[in-house]
Amino acid sequence: MKNERMTILRHEKVARDTHLLMLQGDLVQDIADPGQFVHVKIEGFYLRRPISIADYDSKNDTVTLIYKIMGDGTKALTRSQIGERVDVLGPGGQGFPTARIHGDHALIIGGGIGVPPLYSAAKILKENGVAVTSILGFRSREDAFLLDEFRALGKVHVTTEDGSLGRSGRVTDALPHVKENYQHYLSCGPTVMLKAVADHLPDKEGYLSMEERMGCGIGACFACVVESKDEKGYKRICCDGPVFKAGEVVLS
Amino acid sequence: MNVSVNLPGLNLKNPVMPASGCFAFGKEFAQFYDLSNLGAVIMKAATKERRFGNGTPRVAETASGMLNAIGLQNPGVESIITDEIPFLKNYHLPIIANVAGSTVEEYVEVAEKISPHVDAIELNISCPNVKEGGVQFGTDPALAKEVTRDVVEVSNIPVYVKLSPNVTDIVGMALAAEEAGASGLSMINTLTGMRIDPKTRKPVIANGTGGLSGAAIKPISIRMIHQVYQAVTIPIIGMGGIESAEDVLEYLLAGASAVAIGSANFKNPFICKEIIEELPAVLARYGFSSVKEAIGGAHHEKVETPVLRS
Repeated sequence: MKNERMTILRHEKVARDTHLLMLQGDLVQDIADPGQFVHVKIEGFYLRRPISIADYDSKNDTVTLIYKIMGDGTKALTRSQIGERVDVLGPGGQGFPTARIHGDHALIIGGGIGVPPLYSAAKILKENGVAVTSILGFRSREDAFLLDEFRALGKVHVTTEDGSLGRSGRVTDALPHVKENYQHYLSCGPTVMLKAVADHLPDKEGYLSMEERMGCGIGACFACVVESKDEKGYKRICCDGPVFKAGEVVLS
Repeated sequence: MNVSVNLPGLNLKNPVMPASGCFAFGKEFAQFYDLSNLGAVIMKAATKERRFGNGTPRVAETASGMLNAIGLQNPGVESIITDEIPFLKNYHLPIIANVAGSTVEEYVEVAEKISPHVDAIELNISCPNVKEGGVQFGTDPALAKEVTRDVVEVSNIPVYVKLSPNVTDIVGMALAAEEAGASGLSMINTLTGMRIDPKTRKPVIANGTGGLSGAAIKPISIRMIHQVYQAVTIPIIGMGGIESAEDVLEYLLAGASAVAIGSANFKNPFICKEIIEELPAVLARYGFSSVKEAIGGAHHEKVETPVLRS
């Protein structure tokens, strides 16, 4: 893990309260798996903000983050300009083990700001010869992003809670409409969504990426723990996760 | 520049150590720098049994600080001795065990088990985030005295009592610990605080309240150490919002003999190392030729601070 001041190459709004930030720096070389995150320092705010990695390019040392304005800190981040440098700690955590996913078809299930880390995972699976079908759920049409990018990788089912785009309802409402025979699923979103997804798909091998408020982002403060079924009884989302195998942690 | 300090049980090559709960057992920070740079290390709290801690979210940001309600999550004293201390031993630096419990018996049992493996104990009678035990020992001088006396009796190493700032009479608590046989004091723990989310109308932290740490609490800690330094003869390890070598000097001047750095480790994982490197130059800039010379340096003239007696 590195602590580096990365240079902003791109910074633009991609959906309601949702921004894309492309950064360049050496720590990109340390990214092992899609689904890892970076811990970003925002000037004037006490704690860093964990932001998942949506895409990365080791050839050009770039990383793409897509974040949502959740409060004053992320709102302040939207004001940083191209050419400025951002204090980044990362890459953190364990991502999706794409190299160990050997089935011929995987289902991607993302909800809201849980969609970004699934993009690089889906891209890498496709490169590895695993076909991908995606279900992307948003609150409303204005909140949707990355749809074209996912469509370039395979079939995409879109759901919105208000029915303004795609199927009306939640990501689990789209599950019965997936006709492809997939062996694995990869999901990221709020814990209630992950629980619903895991409950619907007990017979598939699943990987779930979790989110939680973090302190240190490196495993030292024990702020972002989740109960686990092993002898230890807990996992730290920032360093043991954020991606866990379905069944490994207690979703409640 | 001589930055070494000798305290009971602790020969510190420099006065800077990470504070309990903000450094786990060192492994996570060992990827950033050589832990041998540190003056000492204060481990995360040890309790008799493994503890899961409170519900999430457990942290919240505040202006110049943070709230936390981790709830003393730890793998239990046996696991700390077997799985965590051997790693820290590789770095040849004094190890301080933070000991917590719900009853006097639990404190005694943990202290007795862990004391052969470490250099000193920091007796945690001040965690504001656990319902049973913890802070109640740190706000009642009679209970503080009892638990300190019993822990000192079974520990063959020095015991530093970590004081809670959530009291009206900090000097009374310090004197109780000193009278009960504490070799030193560690101060301060976090201040109980709360944040409320306007959208949900509920506290931001699942536990309701949390402990406030960070730059926001530094003036309170400096005041309390300044008061306590005048009243006791045992040394003080100071902590609360330290983020620079200047902050360390301020603590030394108030009367701390060493310092611990807490939540700043979360903002900048290199903070302890950076402060240790900067300290000699900062001491020199203000005319000091050693750390020892700076300790209590604000007490050359009597400063009246109000002493609140309940």
